[in-house]
Amino acid sequence: MKQKISALLFGTALTLAASGALAQDKNIKIGVLTDNSGLYSDLGGAGSTLAAQMAIEDSGLAAKGWKIDVISADHQNKPDIATTIARQWIDVEKVDIFMDVLNSGVALAVNNLVKEKNAVMINTGAATSDLTNAQCSPNTIHWVYDTYMLANSTGQALVKAGGDTWYFLTADYAFGHALERDTAAVVTKSGGKVIGTVRHPLNSSDFSSFLLQAQASKAKIVGMANAGGDTTNTIKQASEFGIVSGGQKLAGLLLFITDVHSLGLKVAQGLSFTETFYWDLNDDTRAFSKRFSERMKNKAMPSMVQAGVYSGLIHYFKTLDAMGGNPHDGIKVVEKMKAAPTEDPLFGKGTIRADGRKLHPAYLFEVKKPSESKGPWDYYKLIGTTPGDQAFRPLSESACPLVKK
Amino acid sequence: MQALYAQLLVGLINGSFYALLSLGLAVIFGMLNIINFAHGALYMMGAFCAYFLLNLAGIGYWPALIIAPIVVGIFGMILERTMLQWLSGLDHLYGLLLTFGIALIVQGVFQNYFGSSGLPYAIPDELKGGMNLGFMFLPIYRGWVVVFSLIVCLATWYLIEKTRLGANLRAATENPTLVRAFGINVPRMITLTYGLGVGLAALAGVLSAPINQVRPLMGADLIIVVFAVVVIGGMGSIMGSIITGFSLGVIEGLTKYFYPEASNTVVFVLMVLVLLVKPTGLTGRAA
Repeated sequence: MKQKISALLFGTALTLAASGALAQDKNIKIGVLTDNSGLYSDLGGAGSTLAAQMAIEDSGLAAKGWKIDVISADHQNKPDIATTIARQWIDVEKVDIFMDVLNSGVALAVNNLVKEKNAVMINTGAATSDLTNAQCSPNTIHWVYDTYMLANSTGQALVKAGGDTWYFLTADYAFGHALERDTAAVVTKSGGKVIGTVRHPLNSSDFSSFLLQAQASKAKIVGMANAGGDTTNTIKQASEFGIVSGGQKLAGLLLFITDVHSLGLKVAQGLSFTETFYWDLNDDTRAFSKRFSERMKNKAMPSMVQAGVYSGLIHYFKTLDAMGGNPHDGIKVVEKMKAAPTEDPLFGKGTIRADGRKLHPAYLFEVKKPSESKGPWDYYKLIGTTPGDQAFRPLSESACPLVKK
Repeated sequence: MQALYAQLLVGLINGSFYALLSLGLAVIFGMLNIINFAHGALYMMGAFCAYFLLNLAGIGYWPALIIAPIVVGIFGMILERTMLQWLSGLDHLYGLLLTFGIALIVQGVFQNYFGSSGLPYAIPDELKGGMNLGFMFLPIYRGWVVVFSLIVCLATWYLIEKTRLGANLRAATENPTLVRAFGINVPRMITLTYGLGVGLAALAGVLSAPINQVRPLMGADLIIVVFAVVVIGGMGSIMGSIITGFSLGVIEGLTKYFYPEASNTVVFVLMVLVLLVKPTGLTGRAA
């Protein structure tokens, strides 16, 4: 009798398993891996998780029977911690897609793991252009911006405006090196000259030594190849040491709206730099940003990294909706994502290239004077736009093995 | 050569922050035997206090130099009364864990409300601008920081080492029971000392607000270096921590010039070397 029952149970279990495999699996787990507590947490952090939640709500997938979960973790800007979390997320938590993953060092490490485990990464936070060049992966899409694009847009504009000698102040890790390398290439190509560079540790609080070296170099442009808190402190202390009043110009190679907000217009006015998203671009971006800001604890407007999380997920959800289910084969999902053109309220129309590079326009902004600003977060003037197909590294220069030449 | 002078001076400026902070730590450790890991958070609170005074009450930099240390000092004394005093006589580890926990909570709360990028605080008008020294452009504010913190450091040293109050305090650390027998209220004195150490941290916070962004993590980034300074100088030695503070600032400044990549590790390398040769620190006495 006992044996009969267990045989029966076994049979039922088998049938259940079989029918489970036949039905479409509609479970998705999103992992927002970001800096939740350190110097980059304002430009990614909790805002990225919020953007992911908003994308889920706006996608309408729940009504179609999908079950979508978001988890988030703090990688503390340490590649080793990030890979440990990522490994656990994939193996134990069954995370399908990694979002944000800011910090280039972290991104490159997680990139390898995601490829090895066949998950998906839509990177919206890291800057290094290596993610779609030598280190490109069939599982990764680089969504928002990269060092090549920043260099191309800001670097070229500044050399054209007469800034032909450069001194770099570089954050000493993967991101800073990549940004310096790409910008130096653009400067040299446009006829300028790099006369020196100094590398500072990530998350420094005092930049006076480095600024003095930049000042002594007499370069026309002091290029800041750093980000977040490092950049804001550099800018603040540069004004103290009279760098700008002494005739040198500061070039913020990577600035976010949260940095400008933190500096205040009085200090930040006149800086020009490149972003691919600004909340006040059009009605769609304004509508999203208003909703976003209302749900943020400190009422901040979205940074381009956070906007990218929303935009990337919207495209991911569209692709999965078209597939009908089974979102767990990373390479297959990314292939389908690359095949379809992208369109969302924040970045408009775009495409994803074979190397994983998402294309959309790059905007050159200048920070407004305090007198020009109409209110909080009204910070940028648009002074130039580079179309998506010219803003990023051309495929002809790519070292990515996924690109067929 | 000119660049070298400039780096020496810049190092001295950073050294004054190290000195002010490590002095507060040394006072607290020397008198209360507490390893105050909340020091960085209290330094940050000093800077935030200055920011709030300016933006909510319109009170500028100069009054903030006095008000912020008092406000944060009172907060410190409440901490001491409600929590730290119960740890006296226990192993150092308990105080360290408690203050570290307090630091995490305080920083977390500030970060929750103000984010990580920080808030702007301008240099007061009287100290704007700079002067050309020939070998470098010295912002007047930085010069002020060096002079002011040097005065504060020496005044604190004088208070503790040379006055009657200081003598009572030192005696109370050695033998609290005996000092009580002379009719001195030892617990109150200890609370006030903790308040003084905390006030010094807050003062350093106000001083640094116009230089750095006012950020919740500004103290967390600094505190580890400052602990290294205290260890190198000798735990609890007042003059030791002042001198080490300034000289490590200079050494760090030179590293930023000769080998910038190592500038955030040089202090720790020195710490290891000093501990290997002289485990009590440069000016410390054997326990």
